[in-house]
Amino acid sequence: MRLLIIEDDQNAADYLAKAFREVGHVADQAFDGEEGLALALDGQYDVLIVDRMLPKRDGLSLIGALRGKGVETPALILSALGQVDDRVKGLRAGGDDYLAKPYAFAELLARTEVLSRRRGGRGEETLYRVGDLELDRLSHRVSRGEAEIALQPREFRLLEYLMKHAGQVVTRTMLLENVWDYHFDPQTNVIDVHISRLRSKIDKGFSRPLLHTVRGAGYMIRDGAR
Amino acid sequence: MTALGKLIRTTTFKLTLVYLTVFALFAVFLLGYFAWNTQRLITQQITETVDAEITGLSEQYRQGGIRRLVIVVEARARRPGSSLYLVTTFAGEALVGNVGSLAPGVLDRAGWTETLYRRQDESEGAEHHALVRVFQLPGGFRLLVGRDLEERERLQKIVLDAGRWSVALVVVLGLAGGFFVTRRVLRRVDAMTETTRTIMAGDLGGRLAIAGTGDELDRLASNLNAMLERIEGLMRGLKEVSDNIAHDLKTPLTRLRNRCEEALRNAKSEADYRAALEATIEESDGLIRTFNALLMIARAESGQAREDMTEFDAAEIVRDVGELYEPLADQKGLALKIDAPGPAPLKGNRELVSQALANLVDNAIKYVKPEANGADAEILVTAQAQGDRILLAVADHGPGIPRQDRGRVIERFVRLEQSRSEPGSGLGLSLASAVAHLHAGELRLEDNGPGLRAVIALPRAGPRALPAG
Repeated sequence: MRLLIIEDDQNAADYLAKAFREVGHVADQAFDGEEGLALALDGQYDVLIVDRMLPKRDGLSLIGALRGKGVETPALILSALGQVDDRVKGLRAGGDDYLAKPYAFAELLARTEVLSRRRGGRGEETLYRVGDLELDRLSHRVSRGEAEIALQPREFRLLEYLMKHAGQVVTRTMLLENVWDYHFDPQTNVIDVHISRLRSKIDKGFSRPLLHTVRGAGYMIRDGAR
Repeated sequence: MTALGKLIRTTTFKLTLVYLTVFALFAVFLLGYFAWNTQRLITQQITETVDAEITGLSEQYRQGGIRRLVIVVEARARRPGSSLYLVTTFAGEALVGNVGSLAPGVLDRAGWTETLYRRQDESEGAEHHALVRVFQLPGGFRLLVGRDLEERERLQKIVLDAGRWSVALVVVLGLAGGFFVTRRVLRRVDAMTETTRTIMAGDLGGRLAIAGTGDELDRLASNLNAMLERIEGLMRGLKEVSDNIAHDLKTPLTRLRNRCEEALRNAKSEADYRAALEATIEESDGLIRTFNALLMIARAESGQAREDMTEFDAAEIVRDVGELYEPLADQKGLALKIDAPGPAPLKGNRELVSQALANLVDNAIKYVKPEANGADAEILVTAQAQGDRILLAVADHGPGIPRQDRGRVIERFVRLEQSRSEPGSGLGLSLASAVAHLHAGELRLEDNGPGLRAVIALPRAGPRALPAG
């Protein structure tokens, strides 16, 4: 994955670039809005990571200018402003995701990876398949092997989201945002309980677990054999 | 600026001047109208009298000739307060009458003339105005009949004097009245300015004086006082918050620091360091969470979130939050029951109301003892309409909150002794309360006998529909 990190804080930018390189991605850096815009227009990046407050041109206007020129590279906005309306403003300006500082790198990585695969992803497929687990988005049926699995509506959406991003780490906040449409922190880890319920339905009694916990990050559904 | 200069610049004084001009103009107009009309009336009376006399006298002349006319005129001219009479020959020689002298040329013009004259019995120089008519009698004689205009002039003078005096009076009284009213208002405004100046200088406890007359200045003052009350409340809140933050964030920060120090001192292996670092990250995550909660409360309290208000179904929120927490309750052996048939339409900030309710449910699950069973293990979450309000309630049979602590637990960071062992920041109820206030509603903590019933009561129509204050 080729990333462009547009962040004026040299320390934070270096830290991010290093962390992304460590997990095998290519990360370029830009330190102000104009430089970032020029690079983003020019280079072929998979994802842009844009700080909201930048010298010369702020993050939202940068994304607006890119979208105006028809560049649709997914952009993730980083901001010290974490309120719901700031988030909404960021997304309205053409951002694809929004993360408030301070954040865990695992969270940023998971969201970036999801963004990078969005274009070529399986968004419009009607049948998701991981190993012998199948989810039919049209008939709302889930089965594993020969067995039909009965899920509650919310469990279905949870599994749907996980399978849509099969092989990718999905964090708790991503689940809360995308499955429940909540943007607050529920304090207690309610998501874990939902996951363990789901796990008992799709993995219990099968020799090969599909729903994995990724320590310090979140969850991932994948075929264990891969 | 001098006191007088300040006075002249006030709105009241300017208004006084405008009224003054209007009233003076009105007085002038009224008197002018009156004078013009009376003058017209008097003139009309004079002409009628004179015409009648001329008709009568010419009749006498027709019947009895010049002799008869002379006798009649002589008799009439002698009466007190009589009209003016003069009969002359063709050559202008006076035959009979009471007119001593006339302006030259009057007799030559037949018809109406306004002229100066003197009576026969008066001395030289005593000349008056008169309105006279000269009538040509057959046979070359001329008859002049007229009336003195003194009466009309006197009236004119009276009216003119009245005009002068009334305008002068209007101006003097108006200026004096305006001056006093303005000074009174100015004095009160000055007092208000003085008070606001001390308030701006830092004494937030100061309040504007209210005269008790219920006038517009009183209303302004009481509104400003209400505003000051709110500002003072906010400032107090802000101060408390910063005090609390300083106090309550220092504890986890100290813990964080101690852990790092201890790792540096005692860690023997990479695994030890790793464990210490992981604990550090966990601790800082907790701190971030606390910060986020504080920011959320501040945002709710500032009223900023009012911009995001939409119409939504509160019953749906209850069902959603219930569904989110149901597995957690289940895991603890508690039964989370939802009773929200809805719809319960509400105008508000969906996200914040959801979070407030989530906090209450989270609390209930946290504080009901896991060993509870049967009815005691039941947590009931409901949404119901009551009058113009929607009540979102979470009722449990846990330990509850003692009556004397119910006000206190809503404050930030306040945690009761028995709850200290549970994880939490002490901000959950603060947020729920702030969200309720944002919607012009309230958070009520009631006895569920036993247990706690926490109710978020929100006005259906949102905060704007309610009267301010």
